[in-house]
Amino acid sequence: MQAFLDIFDIYLLEAVINGILLGGVLALLALGLNLIFGVIDVTWICYAELVMIGMYGMYYLVQVFGVPYWAAAPLVILLVAFLGAALHYLVIAPLLTAPPINQLLATGGVLFILQSFATVAFGIDFRNLGIRLPVLVLGDMNFSYARLLSFAAALFGMVAVYLFMTRTFTGTAIRAISQDRQIMPLMGVDARRIYLITSALGGALAGLAACLLVLQYDVHPFVGLSFGPITFLICVLGGLGNFFGGFIASFVFAEIISLGGLFSDLEWGYVLAFAFFIVMMFIRPAGLLARRR
Amino acid sequence: MKTHHLVFIAALAAAIALPFVYRDPYHLHLLVLILIWSFAYTSWSIMGRFGLVSLGHGGFMGVGAYVTALLWNHLGVSPWIGIPLAMAAAGLLAIVVGYPCFRFRITGHYFVLVTLALSGIVLQVITATRDYTGGSLGYTPDRATSGRQLLALQFDDKVTWYFIALFIWLLGLLIWRAIDRSMARHAMEAISEDEDAAAAVGVNVTAEKLKITVLSALMTALAGALYCQYQMFISPDTVSGISVSLQMVFAAIVGGLYVALGPTVGAIITILLAETLRIGFGTNAVGWDNLVYGVLLVLFIIFLPQGILGSLTARLKRRPTLKSARLKPQR
Repeated sequence: MQAFLDIFDIYLLEAVINGILLGGVLALLALGLNLIFGVIDVTWICYAELVMIGMYGMYYLVQVFGVPYWAAAPLVILLVAFLGAALHYLVIAPLLTAPPINQLLATGGVLFILQSFATVAFGIDFRNLGIRLPVLVLGDMNFSYARLLSFAAALFGMVAVYLFMTRTFTGTAIRAISQDRQIMPLMGVDARRIYLITSALGGALAGLAACLLVLQYDVHPFVGLSFGPITFLICVLGGLGNFFGGFIASFVFAEIISLGGLFSDLEWGYVLAFAFFIVMMFIRPAGLLARRR
Repeated sequence: MKTHHLVFIAALAAAIALPFVYRDPYHLHLLVLILIWSFAYTSWSIMGRFGLVSLGHGGFMGVGAYVTALLWNHLGVSPWIGIPLAMAAAGLLAIVVGYPCFRFRITGHYFVLVTLALSGIVLQVITATRDYTGGSLGYTPDRATSGRQLLALQFDDKVTWYFIALFIWLLGLLIWRAIDRSMARHAMEAISEDEDAAAAVGVNVTAEKLKITVLSALMTALAGALYCQYQMFISPDTVSGISVSLQMVFAAIVGGLYVALGPTVGAIITILLAETLRIGFGTNAVGWDNLVYGVLLVLFIIFLPQGILGSLTARLKRRPTLKSARLKPQR
């Protein structure tokens, strides 16, 4: 062990492990976005803003109404799932036959709405839960329980989605409709219902991510901007709609951000991730896993 | 000379004559803002009308504004040289991001997301280099000492700015017209219909798309630099980032993407709307204007995808809606 630690800088190791922990939450976000894209063929630009609303939900439930964290989390997941379904019903459904770019821009309008709604309703102050979870000390390395918990919950969420998609009838129908949009309605699957369920599921994943992110970050109306762009990059790099690609890409990006943050500011980690992304587009234009498909 | 030419020249003459008769500083200020933003929206529409939907223009605008201001403050480079340098930087950024996108057929959703990330990243860079750019607190170009104002491109009176903005706006329209009448337009229309078919008839898809993107980025950077010189204050939120990109898309769509004056109409509507809300709500206005923007954007895309001017002209001419006159998917 000591010889191992001599070779590896302890901070480097800590950053690597923190990167993996961050990757879990990013993978959760990417999964939600990929799910929506894979099934409905729509990209929700406002996805990170749904997370932001969820984070405010947690803040108000826990801080203002005094609901315990474990009871507030399911409520918030339900709330954001409902928001996702409403977004589909109100904005996407009327545009289903419109060109994809119109759908995309409409969700951009929703991004405006959610951001400014939060500004108007909650103000622009930074708020946090005020929960300080203890720190796990392992050798000389520190890991916050918040991150460990997030990672575990994110993994749990992904496994749950996987089981839902493979073991239930509805999940099978969702996968089927993402394979062939035209045929499945003829097989007796109600596409509108499936779309609504998928949107709610995507929203629920955003809600879960919100419950986890609120443990680590302050919430403010523009918090979505700090992880929204990175989620989109992850999805494009992994191949839009490719769940496994998105999963791998999440950890790659999380490592870049974490290691970049070790040597410089966190923002530079993001910049590095973007530069990496541009380079990857030259090497693997159709996504990380393109050749294996 | 056709009637609409005469109407346009008469309107232009009236616009030039205006500050000699009417000099209310607030109204002139609004006009300058409308003209500068019209130019920015026009530069977005130049590529947006061909289905190249970019949400990265906030990034180009930020580069234009910040590079100009930083060169002036830190190196004492006059904006007369700084603005071309800033435009070159934005053009380079457009090439670095655009080339792999176009070369490897990153289109549709993918292109939007990549450009979206671009504007997010520019925002992050401006925030990260807060030692130089002031971060999210914003940045002010140093005031020029008297006698050097022309060199610093800083003018106190609104009339000068009105003419500069009018000139730039006109330049935007002329560029639009030149593209409208060029081969590039036909090439781009072919590309937006079907890239493979366009390539098969000998259109260099990558080069054509890159050309129009770089031109659009250059113009946007110029708009950003002028906005900075006029307002003498920039912050990451007002000249870069996703919300600025979306604001451009919104204005262009509200006005109408496919007509030359559409973005101008969009600018008039959005700026008057923002000002009315600001005056109406006073200090509580923060957020309300964007809330109304967002709701209108969604409604417009659902019910009036051709925009106000686009729908009006289509109705006036009573011609059947062109198939190409919609925001088209790129597949």
